[in-house]
Amino acid sequence: MNWWETIRTGLEAVRSHRLRSGLTVLGILIGIAAVILTVGLGLGAQQQITQQINSLGSNLLIVGPGSTTSSNGLRGGLGSASTLTETDATALASKVVAPDITAVAPAVQRSESLTAGASNWTTTVVGTTPDWLSVRARTVSSGRFLTTQDVTDHAAVVVLAATTAQELFGPRDAVGQTVTVTGIPLSVIGVLSPAGSTAAANEDDQAIVALSTASERLFGGATRTSVQNIYLQAQSSDTLSAAYQEAESELSNLHHVTTPGSEDFTITSQQSILNTATSVTQTLTVLLGGIAAISLLVGGVGVMNIMLVSVTERIREIGLRKALGATPRVIRRQFLVEASVLGLSGGVLGVLLGVAAGLGLSKLISQPVVISPLATLGALAVAVAIGLVFGVYPASRAARLAPIEALRSE
Amino acid sequence: MTTDLFPTLEFPLLELRGVSKTYRSGSLQVQALRGACIAIREGEFVAITGPSGSGKSTLMHVLGCLDSPTSGTYRLAGQDVSTMSEEELADVRNRRIGFVFQQFNLLASLTAGRNVELPLCYAGVRRAERTARATEALARVGLAHRVEHRPGELSGGQQQRVAIARALVTDPALILADEPTGNLDSASTTDVLDLLAELHVAGRTIVLITHEADVAAAAARTVHILDGAIQNDSGVHQEATHRG
Repeated sequence: MNWWETIRTGLEAVRSHRLRSGLTVLGILIGIAAVILTVGLGLGAQQQITQQINSLGSNLLIVGPGSTTSSNGLRGGLGSASTLTETDATALASKVVAPDITAVAPAVQRSESLTAGASNWTTTVVGTTPDWLSVRARTVSSGRFLTTQDVTDHAAVVVLAATTAQELFGPRDAVGQTVTVTGIPLSVIGVLSPAGSTAAANEDDQAIVALSTASERLFGGATRTSVQNIYLQAQSSDTLSAAYQEAESELSNLHHVTTPGSEDFTITSQQSILNTATSVTQTLTVLLGGIAAISLLVGGVGVMNIMLVSVTERIREIGLRKALGATPRVIRRQFLVEASVLGLSGGVLGVLLGVAAGLGLSKLISQPVVISPLATLGALAVAVAIGLVFGVYPASRAARLAPIEALRSE
Repeated sequence: MTTDLFPTLEFPLLELRGVSKTYRSGSLQVQALRGACIAIREGEFVAITGPSGSGKSTLMHVLGCLDSPTSGTYRLAGQDVSTMSEEELADVRNRRIGFVFQQFNLLASLTAGRNVELPLCYAGVRRAERTARATEALARVGLAHRVEHRPGELSGGQQQRVAIARALVTDPALILADEPTGNLDSASTTDVLDLLAELHVAGRTIVLITHEADVAAAAARTVHILDGAIQNDSGVHQEATHRG
């Protein structure tokens, strides 16, 4: 009997046992769809968490001033000194000195009252450079951000964060309006996109002006040359520690620090946040992977049972086929074809259902569901393998019985 | 006693010598055949009779290569069956033997035509020829109009005729019928026996197993079996001299 005949016989058997075939396909289908969905949800959550951390400005280093020691020996807290300068920022921006630092944004900030017509709003006014946008991983929703020209010109312009714009101008477009800060009218040139739902709620409530405008026209005084923070961006999380060391050695140089531990600056990174998030998402992945494995196991046990029952029920048929001249090899092939047809159709339907449900679910609960090709293939392989093993192995055993023994079995 | 009865035929189609078969069911050993000897020539119509439990079904299973004897030799067309491989046995069952069972043993999911085709599938016959030969075999048993019917849609007598068509379709030398009329009414019984007689006239060797004397009467030779041994063999010599 050739393969084509064997396939025809197998298909005939699948068709003539509709309920049993249907149940087998259903078992495989549910197992695979469950794996795709759970893994998809896990990966989606992981992706979302990573995105949220990135929205804080990932690969970010924050340089702050160290503590002060007053003449009578009283030491201030971290950040009380004003030892960081624009010169430090310019030095760190050099590609030669710090090749792993891609963007540098010095910043000064102060709480000020903003007035626009009849409404007013007190918020943080940040003076910085154009790099701030990329360092803090923000985007502009309307208008534009600061340019180098604005910084050079001490331009009287301001970019508002979303909440600030909303508070001052309501639903009206803020771009083109005028905001008065410490008596100086500033023209609104852009509005930032919301930073997303992060723990740092005030990210959406601030006003950004050029560093020169802030230090020389708005704040004045001691802040004229010093900056409060320098934000540094590394190329990627892999070069973060290299960037850290470059910043540390360059600043130590500039500030004439000779003994380690006596630095008048501190560098903090998002590394700790990233570490926490990584461990959280790893736990999540293990958890969801476990759930997926259990659902696959349940589906597999179902498929195994149906296959075993199916073959046991058909031992008489195997005996008859042998009496009519079927060799054990032909019997094995027939059951192989049957199990493959069931396994593959269940597998394909399961993948389709899993992907469709994943897409539907991501729309419904606005949570990303990421379809993992690896998990899909793995689930497919396991389900089909279970079907094959438990469909073919007992049939192959029955095919070795004397025909009459098989015929007699009830 | 059985050796006395052992027929001395020159070229028997089937030849059993001192065949025993012991089944083990749990801790119990059941000896179904005890040194059975029988020789059947080509073209004979033999009925094997005996009460239930006498070992006649086991005898047929051994004759049909559905089961292997515990001891003794069985030669089919001169060849010792115990030396055959699984594939060779499958080929023997496929080409040389046609089976008719008491329970018909048709596959319920297949049409009568496909059921009759099955042995041809295993023989590697091409599809068009298969269909033609299956239809022909069904016509021979008077069921040409039932090719597309499934066994469930046929009466018991018709199902047994489909089974006979299936036994015929590979044109085997030997037809083994195990209580073929056991599940049939008297009209169908007559039909089936007439059909077997016809096949015998056409030159086929037929071995019919039954416990009913009137069914056995259809055969030219009757072999009585009791407690796993041949007890009485009618007309073997007559048949031998007649044919030989």
